[in-house]
Amino acid sequence: MPSWLTEFPQLDRTTLVELRRGLDQAYRGFSREFGAEIEAFFDPLLFFLVWFERLLINAPWWVVIIAVCALVWSLTRSWKLIVGVAIAFLLIGFFGMWEDTMSTLAIITVCTLVSIVLGVPIGILMARSNRVQMFFMPILDVMQTMPAFVYLIPVVMLLGIGKVPGVLAVVIYAIPPVIRLTNLGIRLVDREVLEAADAFGASAWQRLVRVQVPLAMPTIMAGVNQTIMMALAMVVIAAMIGVKGLGQPVLQSITNQYFTQGLLNGLAIVALAIVFDRVSQAYGKRMQQHRGSAIHG
Amino acid sequence: MADPKIRIEGLYKIFGPNPAAAIELVRQGVSKQEMLDANDHVVGLKDINLDMAGQSIQVVMGLSGSGKSTLIRHINRLIEPTAGRVLIDGQDVAQMSKDELRDFRRHQASMVFQRFALLPHRTVAQNVAFGLNIQGLDSGEVDARVARWIERIGLGGYENHYPGHLSGGMQQRVGLGRALATDADILLMDEAFSALDPLIRYDMQSVLLDLQAELNKSIVFITHDFDEALRIGDSIAILRDGEVVQQGDPQSIVLNPADDYVTDFVKGINRGKVIKVATIMRPATDDTEGPKVDGDMLLEDVARLMTREDTGWARVVGASGAVIGVVSTADVMGSMVRLANDDDTAEAAQ
Repeated sequence: MPSWLTEFPQLDRTTLVELRRGLDQAYRGFSREFGAEIEAFFDPLLFFLVWFERLLINAPWWVVIIAVCALVWSLTRSWKLIVGVAIAFLLIGFFGMWEDTMSTLAIITVCTLVSIVLGVPIGILMARSNRVQMFFMPILDVMQTMPAFVYLIPVVMLLGIGKVPGVLAVVIYAIPPVIRLTNLGIRLVDREVLEAADAFGASAWQRLVRVQVPLAMPTIMAGVNQTIMMALAMVVIAAMIGVKGLGQPVLQSITNQYFTQGLLNGLAIVALAIVFDRVSQAYGKRMQQHRGSAIHG
Repeated sequence: MADPKIRIEGLYKIFGPNPAAAIELVRQGVSKQEMLDANDHVVGLKDINLDMAGQSIQVVMGLSGSGKSTLIRHINRLIEPTAGRVLIDGQDVAQMSKDELRDFRRHQASMVFQRFALLPHRTVAQNVAFGLNIQGLDSGEVDARVARWIERIGLGGYENHYPGHLSGGMQQRVGLGRALATDADILLMDEAFSALDPLIRYDMQSVLLDLQAELNKSIVFITHDFDEALRIGDSIAILRDGEVVQQGDPQSIVLNPADDYVTDFVKGINRGKVIKVATIMRPATDDTEGPKVDGDMLLEDVARLMTREDTGWARVVGASGAVIGVVSTADVMGSMVRLANDDDTAEAAQ
């Protein structure tokens, strides 16, 4: 029997090693060549993130809580939520996790903003053309299924360890839902309403901002909500490449077997997640007041 | 008739992979069914020629699948024609550039939809303002015009409600207001009242007729309801399988249905509400006594008047006031029920 039937006809070792080495070196060369430029490109982002983090940490704790509660009020008009949010933050501070929580809050906010700013336009492009959709879909699939550690490697090779690569990793991990649901939401907009917009002579832009995006808003908001949740889940992994926040004590607890420390920080992440989730959902619901009880037709 | 406001010439619409080739077959006389079975093409519209007068209501009537919604969408080119011309004041819509078309839709033709197609996230006032926002008017002008139209269509007090909270009839008032607010000359109404309950539908027809008496728009009204067509149409075109089978004013269609298809529609209607007394009168005789009735009066109204006056004869007068003919009670009644009578006889004979 020929050998290729008994054993898998794989590339021989040396070729494989050379292949890997070649790719790695090419990428290393690329990052040496352009790393500085790419880092400079992300400077504004880093600047904003650092500024926002310092602002949250340096402000007196009660100012932060009042500011957060005011924001929740303006978004949701719900006293219950405000009381819940205040209690969550007080407990977090009480157990000594205030600073880490503020760092995490800063990075989650920045990552969510970046995801929305990039994700919504991409979703809109996908909704406008099946070809664009066919191009992005497999990329999104890969982004969602590739183990997060794997794409940490090139990010770190390119930008080293720190906040910006952390943001990048979190955004890659968290952006797919907002893209997918923007695409879906716009594709689901009632065709008759679109026809009406056309019949009144709306330009493509007017159609988009006056009809499609507003009608897709509930779906887009569901995507934003998912994105926030995924960003929070990524915080611990991002801590491995030097992102400050609640993830670092968790990592520390794993290596040192500090169960209680790990649990407390984990619970703080959970608290943040609940706050973000409830607030964004209540906001989404409040925006949909017009979908009252009356049935169309 | 003066130059028509809307003239449709040789309009074809064929849906399928290769309409250009298919149209040749259709012109050679291949039937709609054959086109579908053998060629995978759907013949939506076939050689439509229609003149629609300005400042009047042109009804296009047909059952579902007759192509009437496809036809109306050619007037503002929501659907591209396969062949033919759609002339509005002599200008071919099918030849307009993108910008010209947009301008045409913004200022010259607005549309009302069967299922309202309102924006659920905008209030009644904001929905009425939609066309004006699209035109790019400044907000002061928009507010003034919206306020005027909301009052005019009977939605005062509902400005800040959302469409989802309104009944169907109210929603379609919003749709009508949105279309009228742009001041477009042409109003396209695609089964605008078909989704409404009969009573509300009747109401909305009255609203439309009142508005039309004042505004004199050029309205193209699509419906599958023959009663509705008779009530509001100054002129009616009947569509079947993508072809016009008959067109004319309501009375001429009722009196002379072109084929069995039209006869079927005519059968069920109240002839007394369509036929004018001048159509059935006999030559005037000097010695006939009786009340004077206008020649344009409908039979139903003449019958009511003659019954009230308890008279066997009435004298018909023309526009000048001179007596131009006479009718008897029997004439009036006979004309109101004749067709039903024919049917009964035919059925009895079988």
